[in-house]
Amino acid sequence: MRTELTKKQEEAKKRFKDFVDRHVLPHASRRDLEESTGREAIDRLAKAGYLAPTLPKERGGKGMGILTFGLLCEEMGRGSASMLSLLTVQDMVAQGILKWGSSKQRARWLPSMTEGRVLAGFALTEPNVGSDAKSVQATATLLDESYVLRGEKKWISWAQIADLFLVVVQCAGKPSAFLLERETEGFSTEPVHGLLGFRSAMLAHLRLDDCRIPANDILGRVGFGLSHVGGTALDCGRYSVAWGSVGLAQACLEACIHYSAEREQGGSHLREYQLVQKMIADMFANISAARMLCYRAGYLKEAGRPESVMETCVAKYFASSAAYQAATDAVQIHGAAGCGGDSPVQRYFRDAKIMEIIEGTSQMHQLLIANHAHQVTPS
Amino acid sequence: MARNEAKKRIRSFLSKYLRDKDFEDDRDLFSSGLLNSLFAMELVLFVEEDFGIVVENEDLDLTNFCSLDAISCFIERKKGEPSIVETKDDA
Repeated sequence: MRTELTKKQEEAKKRFKDFVDRHVLPHASRRDLEESTGREAIDRLAKAGYLAPTLPKERGGKGMGILTFGLLCEEMGRGSASMLSLLTVQDMVAQGILKWGSSKQRARWLPSMTEGRVLAGFALTEPNVGSDAKSVQATATLLDESYVLRGEKKWISWAQIADLFLVVVQCAGKPSAFLLERETEGFSTEPVHGLLGFRSAMLAHLRLDDCRIPANDILGRVGFGLSHVGGTALDCGRYSVAWGSVGLAQACLEACIHYSAEREQGGSHLREYQLVQKMIADMFANISAARMLCYRAGYLKEAGRPESVMETCVAKYFASSAAYQAATDAVQIHGAAGCGGDSPVQRYFRDAKIMEIIEGTSQMHQLLIANHAHQVTPS
Repeated sequence: MARNEAKKRIRSFLSKYLRDKDFEDDRDLFSSGLLNSLFAMELVLFVEEDFGIVVENEDLDLTNFCSLDAISCFIERKKGEPSIVETKDDA
């Protein structure tokens, strides 16, 4: 496994950084305050080819390498965790359709998703169901040539504006996945406000009041909605969030380097104080380690190796934990200045906590990783 | 590919999940209680990478994945070879 980027990857990373510095960073705090992302920002992402870019070219994607997509997610996470989540969710749903969709579903949805004409939402979580995903309570009942969907979904990113939802519900008592369009009769959303983090990710709760959809809108097969369809989507989501967490932690480090070099107390700059140096050293080392774990996950994913699934879990767990620690220390180093509404650091802190919850909480990851450790560690 | 070699590779992959190298070829994998939520994805990637096949929408059927025998048969069907499962009469 090479640990250095190729020349092409370096150039791509530079392009991504430039895009984020020009179009995402300057607006991130304002969007966070307004709890909204305008359409023009999303259109710009689509025009740049950043929505579901790893899809093959014949499916409307850019054929972007998995590692390169990781670099994109890192830069986007550095700029705005909310904007990162748009890349995450669009990719999750696109990959679910690519792998498990019928040829008609792929033709109908994938090109539109890469062009930004169709935005997607991933609807798994419910008022009573989070980590215990297999126990979803929303249902789909087969009726003539249709399925009738009934239930609620909660905390769904981009649901205020998404056009298409991948919903996981119980069908004949088994978790199954369906594609549900926003315009379906009986479908409604309620915006979520006042979130701790990801404030401009346009979250909403969903109500499915006897939403009748064609039977062909099932994605995959009855009973495989979580294990395979959801599994594919969540694997992609973990990968994107892992890289995004590296970016968020990097933003914290950059803020601390800048602040500690400028701020003076007691006749010295903060960077001279050893306890500040310790926090920055730990931040730097953890970011480097998290990035290496993401490289490894990306390398294994590109090779199609089954170990990539667990390595992605390890990367997500470590990187999101590192991001939260980095953000905590960033607020500490900034002091009161890190708590003000005009400081990006307080946004990093709030968003970093969300990174430890989405696409599988840190605790769920710990259980999976411990189980894996018992499987593979000689004893 | 020789059927024994294929079954050996599948057994090697599965044994780390079942914590047992000597399980029966027809042991129901999903009743073991040892398979977590990641197993399905890992199994798909394993058969695709190791055997050069693509698991598709139409293949989503528990009878293709429920035991070592089932996985063997599935792989052979996808590769267009005769079934590699030995019935007890053939043993």
